[in-house]
Amino acid sequence: MATEQFTGAEIVIKALKDQGVDTVFGYPGGAVLPIYDAIFQQNDIKHILVRQEGGAVHAAEGYARSTGKVGVVLVTSGPGATNAVTGLTDALMDSIPLICLTGQVPTHLIGNDAFQEADTTGITRPCTKHNYLVRDIENLSRTMHEAFYVAQNGRPGPVVIDLPKDVQQGKSETYLVPEDVKHRSYRPKVDGESEHIEQAVEALSKAKRPIFYVGGGVINSGNRASELLTEFVRLTGAPCTTTLMGLGAYPGTDKQFVGMLGMHGTYEANLCMYNCDVMVNVGARFDDRITGVIDQFSPDSTKIHIDIDASSINKNVMVDIPIVGDAERILEKMLQIWKAKKHSLDAQSAKSWWKRIEEWRSKDCLGYSQDGSEIKPQHAIKRLYELTKDRKPYVTTEVGQHQMWAAQYFHFDEPKKWMTSGGLGTMGYGLPAAVGAQIAHPEDLVVDVSGEASFMMNMQELGTISQYNLPVKIFIVNNQWMGMVRQWQQLLHGNRHSESYSDSLPDFVKLAESFGIVGMRCEKAEDLDRMIQEMIDCPHPVLFDCQVTKEENCYPMIPSGAAHYEMLLGPEDLAAKPISEEGMVLV
Amino acid sequence: MAPMETHIESRTIAVLVDNEPGVLARVIGLFSGRGYNIESLTVTEVDVSHGLSRITVVTSGTAQILEQIKAQLARLVPVHRVRDLTVEGTSVERELALIKVAGAGDKRVEALRIADIFRARVVDSSHDHFVFEMTGKSDKLDVFVDLMQPLGLIDVSRTGVVAISRGPKAL
Repeated sequence: MATEQFTGAEIVIKALKDQGVDTVFGYPGGAVLPIYDAIFQQNDIKHILVRQEGGAVHAAEGYARSTGKVGVVLVTSGPGATNAVTGLTDALMDSIPLICLTGQVPTHLIGNDAFQEADTTGITRPCTKHNYLVRDIENLSRTMHEAFYVAQNGRPGPVVIDLPKDVQQGKSETYLVPEDVKHRSYRPKVDGESEHIEQAVEALSKAKRPIFYVGGGVINSGNRASELLTEFVRLTGAPCTTTLMGLGAYPGTDKQFVGMLGMHGTYEANLCMYNCDVMVNVGARFDDRITGVIDQFSPDSTKIHIDIDASSINKNVMVDIPIVGDAERILEKMLQIWKAKKHSLDAQSAKSWWKRIEEWRSKDCLGYSQDGSEIKPQHAIKRLYELTKDRKPYVTTEVGQHQMWAAQYFHFDEPKKWMTSGGLGTMGYGLPAAVGAQIAHPEDLVVDVSGEASFMMNMQELGTISQYNLPVKIFIVNNQWMGMVRQWQQLLHGNRHSESYSDSLPDFVKLAESFGIVGMRCEKAEDLDRMIQEMIDCPHPVLFDCQVTKEENCYPMIPSGAAHYEMLLGPEDLAAKPISEEGMVLV
Repeated sequence: MAPMETHIESRTIAVLVDNEPGVLARVIGLFSGRGYNIESLTVTEVDVSHGLSRITVVTSGTAQILEQIKAQLARLVPVHRVRDLTVEGTSVERELALIKVAGAGDKRVEALRIADIFRARVVDSSHDHFVFEMTGKSDKLDVFVDLMQPLGLIDVSRTGVVAISRGPKAL
């Protein structure tokens, strides 16, 4: 066969196909026109046109997190690339595998301040796991496959490939298939140190007050890791808590699940952490939202930390037994050893540990009273959960109070159903992420639990939802405030509500209708169930403006600078435990 | 849980990396972005056929921070190996300096005399100046530079530390 020549743009498409990509989220522009032309001339890869590049990255995140596959983004040079930066940082913080292809000015113009030129690799270096500038078409296919390898292996993350226009238009005979590309240096450890794994099982077997503390790493490791974790937790009979990112890694409705931990976690989860004697951290990173004040974090426990990223170990909290590797493999080995040695926890100790946990549980820290016609935001979210749970929805959120309430009142029995911006806390994440999740799961129910302020950060994506008739349900918990900002101003800044009021809001029903989307407004508690049901039953996209009590705050709460046992259960606690000055300087 | 240490120590770390565009920026960005110290940093290609560069970085921090620095370096994608030359066995460290001293008369004579004691070589001179070349451990260079200060020191250029482990093993 005569050697075939490909353009750079064709090589890009061919590599995407060989990597099993079926969907790309993007926005065209001058420096990526050759790739858009190649997309036009094929049918294997579907392109989803967003309304702003930031939306493309979040959509790809939603796609990636709900499928476990790599999300792919295609944007132009300059502003296309800079608009992608927030999403890339978000994906880096939350360990989401993405490939972001950015157009670049032709190689001979790089450095000349050409039209729509930006130093994309320079700008994205600290907000990607890795990035590439392809200057020579001969390296293009290798770089594409390497990028996919890097994005998915080890701790997943976003990878940028910057593609100058002349490289896209050039021609080459060189095309390497994925199997022919081996990375020179990147070989993440996945197996864990056997000796440490044995020590960990031994320590756990002697525990009197154990806790499993589970993070997003288990979800990234794959569904098998969640199954193994669930089996292990049930076999030991120990309580299990998860981080915001780990929700769904262990069944949320299980009796051994004590809820999410951390700043807005449950009373029982946080007191388990404070009082435990052995902590098994699987794929979580002791983030400041979890630990509270570090020197009083779980003072009497032996800490086991399983993480694929060695730099997460001993970063914030010093641990006793570090295990670097993939959660699935390590849980499998731990489970094997546990079974082989016929370990079981001391029954008497377990009984008294659970007795204490049940006492903490009986505080009913997530209780609220819904009386009268005004809808409490907690009630709105709880009813949304109750009425949708049989459909096993994919849920995305924005950032703020509604996000915490969704984390508290929704229960996920499976991984990959919950998508939220945990590390970066990006307002505007949820709507485009819901687009990505719905594209990946066209038949399933996808709900974006939103706040009115976050929603307005990326509401242009209503256009995308309308164009593809994606039946996303956007549930706006509308309290007319940037609620979490107001809550902090109330707690820490003398109730001075500086710039946190959501002024000049649009009429959300009319806004939806102007995009050809169904708009609904609910103002009374007695209408809530009926209207939520109507929303779910609607086969089209729906924007649901749920008007809730304006002044409600999110509890329980560990104020910044406080320890787990200093949780505030409600406003009446605040008067008794004022926040320290040291706490005020923390975020 | 081990108590947090506060004792600050200095370490020399060798990093073997792919010689690709941006790799130095990645390393420097890691230090600045995470607030780590760089006391000295040198880099150059050491294996042309395999395209490998070696970075020698002298840094300081608490034991916990130093472990973090090594772990963060090791997870950069183009990094092949990270070795702590200070704690993993003993090593030889050297730095080269070029030192320009201008002046005449007694000061000039004194500069030359001290240079001789320190085994610094004269690599350029005129009636009004000397350029000394000196190799050694950084603290020796520091002392020499200090001594030249009152004798007409006008310019210093130093390479930063390069280091290699003692014994028959490679990085």
